[in-house]
Amino acid sequence: MEQDRTDSSTTTRPGDVPSLIRALEEHSYLADRGLATAAHLASTLDRPLLLEGDAGVGKTELAKVLAEVRGAQLIRLQCHEGLDRSQALYAWDHPRQLLHLRALEASGERPADHEAELYSERFLLARPMLQALRAGGSAVLLVDEIDRADDEFEAFLLEVLSDFQVSIPELGTIVAQTPPTVLLTSNRTRELSDALKRRCLYHWIDHPDVERETAIVRLRAPDVPADVARRVAGVVAKLRDLGLYKPPGVAETIDWARVVAAADDGELDRDTVIDTLGVVVKDHDDLLAVRDAVDELLAS
Amino acid sequence: MTIGDDPRGAAAIGPADGPEGVVALAAALRRRGVAIGTGQVVTCQRAVATLGDQLADRYWAGRTTLISDPADLGVFDQVFRAMAAAAFEEGSLPALPPRQPPAEMTAASDRGGGVAGDGEEPAVAGMIAAERERLRHRRFDRASEEELAAIGATLQRLPIAVPRRRSRRTRAGRRGELDLGRTLERALTTDGELVDRAWQQRRTTPRRLVILLDISGSMAAHARASLRFAVAARRAADRDAAQRVEVFAFGTRLTRLSDHLAARDPDEAIAAAAERVVDWDGGTRIGDSLDELVRVWARRGVLRGAVAVICSDGLERGDAATLEQAVARLRRQVHRLVWVNPLAGDERYEPTQRGMAAALPYVDAFLPGHDLASLEELSQVLASLR
Repeated sequence: MEQDRTDSSTTTRPGDVPSLIRALEEHSYLADRGLATAAHLASTLDRPLLLEGDAGVGKTELAKVLAEVRGAQLIRLQCHEGLDRSQALYAWDHPRQLLHLRALEASGERPADHEAELYSERFLLARPMLQALRAGGSAVLLVDEIDRADDEFEAFLLEVLSDFQVSIPELGTIVAQTPPTVLLTSNRTRELSDALKRRCLYHWIDHPDVERETAIVRLRAPDVPADVARRVAGVVAKLRDLGLYKPPGVAETIDWARVVAAADDGELDRDTVIDTLGVVVKDHDDLLAVRDAVDELLAS
Repeated sequence: MTIGDDPRGAAAIGPADGPEGVVALAAALRRRGVAIGTGQVVTCQRAVATLGDQLADRYWAGRTTLISDPADLGVFDQVFRAMAAAAFEEGSLPALPPRQPPAEMTAASDRGGGVAGDGEEPAVAGMIAAERERLRHRRFDRASEEELAAIGATLQRLPIAVPRRRSRRTRAGRRGELDLGRTLERALTTDGELVDRAWQQRRTTPRRLVILLDISGSMAAHARASLRFAVAARRAADRDAAQRVEVFAFGTRLTRLSDHLAARDPDEAIAAAAERVVDWDGGTRIGDSLDELVRVWARRGVLRGAVAVICSDGLERGDAATLEQAVARLRRQVHRLVWVNPLAGDERYEPTQRGMAAALPYVDAFLPGHDLASLEELSQVLASLR
């Protein structure tokens, strides 16, 4: 019977939440408890994990780091409108098939006798989802920006994710021996179907608070002095409250901290902000708005 | 600090204690309107069994498995907190729900209701041609309730076509790019000889139609008619096109109507929206409303490549500069921008008020929308936009 213990006295099982947090941190990714729990459950329960949140909060990054932590292969499927099976699952290598056909003909064979040969493994192009099914547990499949694909694709994805198997008419059924870890990200450009959402675990990633973002900057850019990291993180937090068209993500914060630290005096004063603003605010209208508000931003 | 970060938390208590606890939590969430499937409850129990006994584990197990919409996160926090409070003394739970994502509209009621248009149709069907013609040119704001109902019924059957764009998908065609897959199949029947080549062409998909309805007091009668137009667009024969219609309503603020048009009586949807976004003494703030649209919804890709239709009299109570900036931004985000202004139905009308004058340079098409005939014209203009 497991009882409540403090972290220090527990020899953590490999694969519990605190050790996942630590492992992610060793790979320079600071996950809070909620996110780590979600990622942990995704692999223990064999459920896809749907991650939502503003651009730049680290949704895609989590998949990359998770793959590193597990020593797994990251397989990425970038979604876009019009994405279909032939781009996501598999396609036949038609040019090679044609060449093969011509070669058969040239050697005096009747190509029709060799039809089955044409649809063999040799001529199969495995796209990300098939690759992931074959790799099984040793893969992390990232289905990035699922909201950009259309709903027919969503239905198809759901089908594959329910059984972790797929049938190719010419070849037969391919089943994942152990299910791969599947992460889906969405920017909420449209509502996903209820069926897909119910199938998935769900986590909303928020922008980190100042403390956590400072730690992230320190972890990612060790050259940046602690006070600069904190100051930059503080100003970025205020920037996000300005209601910009494109609020800065964590990557922008890190870039900005690097730039500020490299500036002459390493101080985040009015001139430095004005000069380096383009690193963190990347929309013309936003730039104008922020320039007007510089003094408020720097007031502590 | 949220509950979820709290490492303390005693064993064997908390809302998710055992299967009964999980079921009770799910039931409480359902009572608050959160849709939860049985499969999710089972997953939640497995998650609870997988994780430790701490309160934070219970919290995250429940949240990760039972919630799939950021709008429900606040409800989850409240329900979990209330149930956990029974196990903790009052006030010992740290209070801080996670920051909510950009506010989306919440339904005034989850229950659909009202009868849509059925009873109205015979009135139109039996009408003689002259009467129909008279109705076509009846100004919405001068029409009686019966006339509005008849107009509404006609509008709902109006065929609406939206411009199309090329998609990445292809279909078989007589010319275009070589379709190797089908060429190969044909080659097999001719012993591998490439006698007959197959071709593929790009398909086209309808562009998204974003309709923005001014539902402030001065636009009330017109808004009802414009909304019928929007409903008609959503019921378009082309399923693809119907899916791609977004409807927003605004007064002093903006709210999204799209999800509330199918289930309920359109008039009821407008009335509910008006309660949320119309301050009766605040006037219309078109600039602020459009600004909200380009801030919140553009980021989600709703506007990209779309055809936007603003139905408003352009009587702006806010700052004309804000309006100009928002319209300019909107114009850069969408493919085409159409402004439908009922006031323009009057021949003497000139768009000289500050608001309308500021917006006009960014508009691709400016149309009146004061009667049925003018909305039919709008439909034609939409189909002809390239």
